[in-house]
Amino acid sequence: MAKKAKSTLLNMFLSLTIIAVVAAGVLALISFVTKAPIEASKKAKTENAIKAVLPAFDRLEDQEVNGMKCHLAYNGDQLASIAIESASENGFGGHLGVMYGFDAATGNITGYSILETNETPGLGAKADKWFQEGSKGCVVGKNPGTDKLTVKKDGGDVDAISGSTITSRAFCGALEAAYETFQQIEKE
Amino acid sequence: MKATQIIKNGLIKENPTWVLILGMCPTLATTTSAINGMSMGLATTFVLMMSNIVISLLKSVIPDKVRIPAFIVVIATFVTVVQLVMQAYVPALFETLGLFIPLIVVNCIVLGRAEAFASKNNVWHSFLDGVFMGLGFTWALTLVGLVREMLGSGSAFGFKFINADADGMLLFILPPGGFLCLGLLMALINHLRKTK
Repeated sequence: MAKKAKSTLLNMFLSLTIIAVVAAGVLALISFVTKAPIEASKKAKTENAIKAVLPAFDRLEDQEVNGMKCHLAYNGDQLASIAIESASENGFGGHLGVMYGFDAATGNITGYSILETNETPGLGAKADKWFQEGSKGCVVGKNPGTDKLTVKKDGGDVDAISGSTITSRAFCGALEAAYETFQQIEKE
Repeated sequence: MKATQIIKNGLIKENPTWVLILGMCPTLATTTSAINGMSMGLATTFVLMMSNIVISLLKSVIPDKVRIPAFIVVIATFVTVVQLVMQAYVPALFETLGLFIPLIVVNCIVLGRAEAFASKNNVWHSFLDGVFMGLGFTWALTLVGLVREMLGSGSAFGFKFINADADGMLLFILPPGGFLCLGLLMALINHLRKTK
């Protein structure tokens, strides 16, 4: 077996420094190579979500209101609908990020898409389908201004996911926050 | 030590999950489906293989007193490489495994093999040890994931074999089911291993 380097101060200093520098170099290279694809995949994810929550549109304009990312969709020069990335920290697994789409003229919900979730599989994680059109807790097509969009336990009209009231509350909370932002954009 | 012995050690005799019982945290957390378990296993295999090679190459220039920090830097580098590459090219998988990829750094198997094997053996044997310890971990995770997925969601590798709207026994996707499956499988496999 080759002779082992002795644990002198100089040896330790040199070996650790060289290893750290080489490691940093390798990581810088990999990070440089993967930067573009990572950003592309993030962008594609947002775009897919926007397409899922809004009806067809010609072009998008991004804005930030209330710290929420908003995507304003235009048909020609007419503002048609708005997608708002909202979130609640009160999900069962903490952070629940949802994108909601609103019709610009009426304020009706055109759709939603779950962006980030830590909810329990099989229970709270059902939120991705539960509130969609044709499902039990459907919120699509309703209007947060006129309909009471809180869960039934809280006096609202939304059927909570069975066994996942907390997730459902978080979902409605995020919806309310998104609607407030929507109203603010409408005013401007 | 012969190559066949190293291969057998990794896959069966000293299997990291069933025998050494190392790396239980990712084992329980990522095995909610067969694909997840397998991906986690393969990511760990890559890190194990690379870190074993590099540490075996460097073993004579790393002074004893700073070997642990040196190993950790090497391991962390490869883990970050895996993390960035996954995030770039398989974003959906990265989201499911998310937190557990960076946690490979502190996975006992990786540091354990560096300390117990790669720092004492030549590069070829260390490479073999890394690959087959990794594959031993992979097949264990895939098996646990497959059993949990079949019982919990009624599907295998994503293909549903029960009514599309029906749920499986949810318990098995949740943490308690993970413990149950792991324990029972471990008992079964060790029984088979001993009676052979």
